[in-house]
Amino acid sequence: MTPEEISKLLKSEFGEAIVEIVLDGGHPYVQVDVARWLEVAKFLRDDARLAFNFLRAVTSLDLVADGKLACVYDFDQLPTSNLTELPAGTCEFAVRVVIDAADPVIPSVAQLWPTANWHEREAFDLMGIRFSGHPDLRRILCPDDWVGHPLRKDYEFPLEYHGIPGTTECELTNPRH
Amino acid sequence: MSWIENRVDDGVIMTTVDWAINWGRSNSLWPMTFGLACCAIEMMATGASRFDMDRFGAGAFRATPRQADLMIVAGTVTYKMAARLKRLYNQMPEPKYVMAMGACTVGGGPYFKYGYGIVKGVDLIVPVDVYVPGCPPRPESLLEGLMRLQDQIRHQSRAKRPVTKITETVQG
Repeated sequence: MTPEEISKLLKSEFGEAIVEIVLDGGHPYVQVDVARWLEVAKFLRDDARLAFNFLRAVTSLDLVADGKLACVYDFDQLPTSNLTELPAGTCEFAVRVVIDAADPVIPSVAQLWPTANWHEREAFDLMGIRFSGHPDLRRILCPDDWVGHPLRKDYEFPLEYHGIPGTTECELTNPRH
Repeated sequence: MSWIENRVDDGVIMTTVDWAINWGRSNSLWPMTFGLACCAIEMMATGASRFDMDRFGAGAFRATPRQADLMIVAGTVTYKMAARLKRLYNQMPEPKYVMAMGACTVGGGPYFKYGYGIVKGVDLIVPVDVYVPGCPPRPESLLEGLMRLQDQIRHQSRAKRPVTKITETVQG
């Protein structure tokens, strides 16, 4: 299926839940309402016409101007022992889910694609998006006692961590000598 | 030296304790395998045949701090790694030396301004004897740093310890 056909199929299945369809450029995607994201995800994986059995990446974005955060899920189809015949005209596709930065909660898809487990932990660690229903939502890169989410655009890095100065810049440390 | 002539057998060399111990220490520096990032590639090249760190007696890279004299901190030190680095340093037996290899360990390097998770210089955690700048330093630079460290060790003395200066004069 081409990206046009996939987006048409999703639109006919889910109607209003497909907020926006972007097909121009090299990265075609649809924006999905966060309330129905889990249904759409199940459909993407289980429907025989789509059979997106591989989640390639979960990317998080800080859309500063709108005060919103976004997650982009990239899907691909791979032949497996369960799925020897791929659907005709296989392609890649992406889904974008947009949420408020004030209370960023997205249902987790770690039960559908195990890849999502660590990718969602990374998005939680660095962008502060909470994934409801995630089996083990801990920080994955930063130390457990880290404060804040470093890839948010309004993040300010610490000037001290466990007794180690966070900077040696003159204007910030104000040395008296 | 007439008083000592013919008093010892042939084949005996006389020298100072300082010279003998420093000669031994400076020519058998066992570094700890401590590659943290891309500098480790250059450190491996320094140890391999073309540059051959073993010429200076420093080719025995140990996988445990308990057998090492020299910690070559080769690569970016994160806050998460800082506690581990400190612990490994504390586990090394005295006398121990630290070499800061590369821009990241010297002072933060490319992460100086905006690296939220990077320690801005390893001398904020452990005392550093030799700084080797570069990104990453070529093996020649690392060997130069090693030779400067050997110079430092050769000038150590067991008799002449650094004495704390007493500035206050005692009255009366």
